[in-house]
Amino acid sequence: MTAKIFSKKEWTQALEELKQAYRVFAPVKDGDFHTFMPLENGKQPDFDYPNSRLSPKSLVYPESERMFEFSLDESDSDAYILKEAPKDFSPQAVVGIRPCDSHAFQIVKRNFDNPEYQDPYWVQHFESTTLVGLGCNTPCSTCFCTEVGGDPFSEHGLDALMIDLGESYLVKALTDKGEAFLNSASGGNSADDAGLQKAEELAASAREQIKVSVPTDKLQDKVATDLFEAPFWEEVAFACLNCGTCTYLCPTCWCFDIQDEISGKRGDRIRNWDSCMFPLFTLHGSGHNPRDQKHQRVRQRFMHKLKYYVDKYQDGVQCSGCGRCVRYCPVNIDIREVCRKMNEF
Amino acid sequence: MIEYGEKIREIALKLLKNKEVDVFIGYKKGTVPMMNEPVLITDPDQVESLYWDSFCALNLCNYLTKRTDKIGIVATGCNSRNIATHIVENQIKRDQLYIVGVPCEGMIDHRAVMRTIKQREITDIREEGDRFTVVGKDFEETFEKKTFLQNNCATCTHRNPVIYDEMVGEPVEEQTDVAPFKDVEKIEQMAPEKRQGFFARLTSRCLRCYACRNACPLCYCPTCFVDESTPQWVGKSIDPTDTLTFHFLRAYHCAGRCTDCGACERVCPVGIKMRQFTKKLNKDCQELFSWEAGLTLDQRPPLDVYSPDDYNEFIK
Ligand code: SF4
Ligand code: SF4
Ligand code: SF4
Ligand code: SF4
Repeated sequence: MTAKIFSKKEWTQALEELKQAYRVFAPVKDGDFHTFMPLENGKQPDFDYPNSRLSPKSLVYPESERMFEFSLDESDSDAYILKEAPKDFSPQAVVGIRPCDSHAFQIVKRNFDNPEYQDPYWVQHFESTTLVGLGCNTPCSTCFCTEVGGDPFSEHGLDALMIDLGESYLVKALTDKGEAFLNSASGGNSADDAGLQKAEELAASAREQIKVSVPTDKLQDKVATDLFEAPFWEEVAFACLNCGTCTYLCPTCWCFDIQDEISGKRGDRIRNWDSCMFPLFTLHGSGHNPRDQKHQRVRQRFMHKLKYYVDKYQDGVQCSGCGRCVRYCPVNIDIREVCRKMNEF
Repeated sequence: MIEYGEKIREIALKLLKNKEVDVFIGYKKGTVPMMNEPVLITDPDQVESLYWDSFCALNLCNYLTKRTDKIGIVATGCNSRNIATHIVENQIKRDQLYIVGVPCEGMIDHRAVMRTIKQREITDIREEGDRFTVVGKDFEETFEKKTFLQNNCATCTHRNPVIYDEMVGEPVEEQTDVAPFKDVEKIEQMAPEKRQGFFARLTSRCLRCYACRNACPLCYCPTCFVDESTPQWVGKSIDPTDTLTFHFLRAYHCAGRCTDCGACERVCPVGIKMRQFTKKLNKDCQELFSWEAGLTLDQRPPLDVYSPDDYNEFIK
């Protein structure tokens, strides 16, 4: 596969040209933080960023997505008939995505694209996407990808990987999609040994920098009902506001709600992100709510990520260690601490 | 403010040991710089975990709603005013509470700190008197607290608790020469279309995660209007109309009750300044009714009372 080195200026230029063939998304400085935005209207990518505040999951799985549209006007011949809403599945490239967020897409894929069920929108968005990762030279203090099966330079789920060599980027194609992307980029030179060597060193140094320990090894052997009944849930949940911050920022949270919205005689069926932290999430039509209490909802979030998922897929936890919930939970409920508690229980 | 911690631990120990309270609500030091976690402790042995610094900027009153036990709770000026509002609104009884008052010098705006250090990674923060030192991998900088106060704290005129059972220190001097409504006045002067555009931009990033609502002690309705489904008042997608409806209605529900504690703004994951809405209503309450929330246990908030001899014509 191709590996090329671009000066930083060349790379920005190349992305500009790639906009002919792709809708190019990259981290853009957006006030106090970075957001993945289309490089339109003069928006400049900023790859010197820790990670985006919101995970890039919305590029494949939008927070609100129109699924169908319908007419309520009985004089219309197709009144009350749901019709597919137009969607844009043209090729898009997400450039500069961190390896944890790419790993997260692979976790989410289990839900949206598996042998029994393929979610048509997620699958088509994902298939039209080329993921160009960016190795993390300096992981944040809240990162723990290495503890949950990832790595700051992991290539898992990526189509290409960029490595910041200082003055230039080494860009390696990893899949056919990545190869096609890289081959459409003008400029750059074939990667030389010195560049590849430097990339290796950066990767090793990045791995070294992640010092946190979040053991998950004993989770699978636990009896789910024992963990469910563990005495620590109320204490863990005390401070929780039951806001959706942790789940909405999380790249691996996938729950949604479907709503019909009507304006005059026209309506849309919309899929919206939902959160297990909201009481409404489990409210039955009868008025009964099986997760009426705050600690039940908090427990659900952690049990899903760190036990049910583990048991069901036998391949690690439903968390890629991005650290967003650790950093932005307004009351500092730290999944690393909760995971330690569960693993030790 | 860091020194208040010692006193808080001392009082909590006394209260729990003597069984004067069943539980004690305070903060413990967070696992991430500038973040602390509200805790509830029941055992005198847990008292050591209690902590205080200038990042205890949530509103602990939030954790009192409808509790039935006897509670010790730490309260700054604004938190104490929310507790007063809670008592007036029958969410908790005065005699259930042992209020440990904190004379507050203001909380540090964690976002302003991040901006100043150019979003570099912080490994540690040390607070000493009216200064604090931010430590990172390859830098260490000391700042004056005064210039980093949360915007609500910078203009706060009730730093000392209005109700308390015991104070952790001498009262601090109240600020008098502050202009809390400068920003609101600017918005009031905008032409309607301009103002509409301003509000649209203000809320454009909102995720509808409801952290702002949930961090607010005033938002204790068993089911919030945005969560009602029969009938459904507000759409659940991120349509700008629905998002603005949420913010406007929530602000009106807080009219005459909001203490401008700043918890809502502090918790927003995308940094929305939704206090622009609540502050306008605070200003109106002050101008129309000479009312500031939570200063008394004897009167209900203005939009919550009906009086046959109201001087307004429309009410008759
Ligand atoms: S854990 Fe934190 S972010 Fe998640 S719902 Fe609770 S308070 Fe919000
Ligand atoms: S659970 Fe937290 S750390 Fe794990 S992927 Fe989600 S946001 Fe990141
Ligand atoms: S609306 Fe905001 S500032 Fe006002 S009391 Fe609630 S959390 Fe505090
Ligand atoms: S906390 Fe922020 S993002 Fe969440 S609902 Fe409130 S304003 Fe919107």
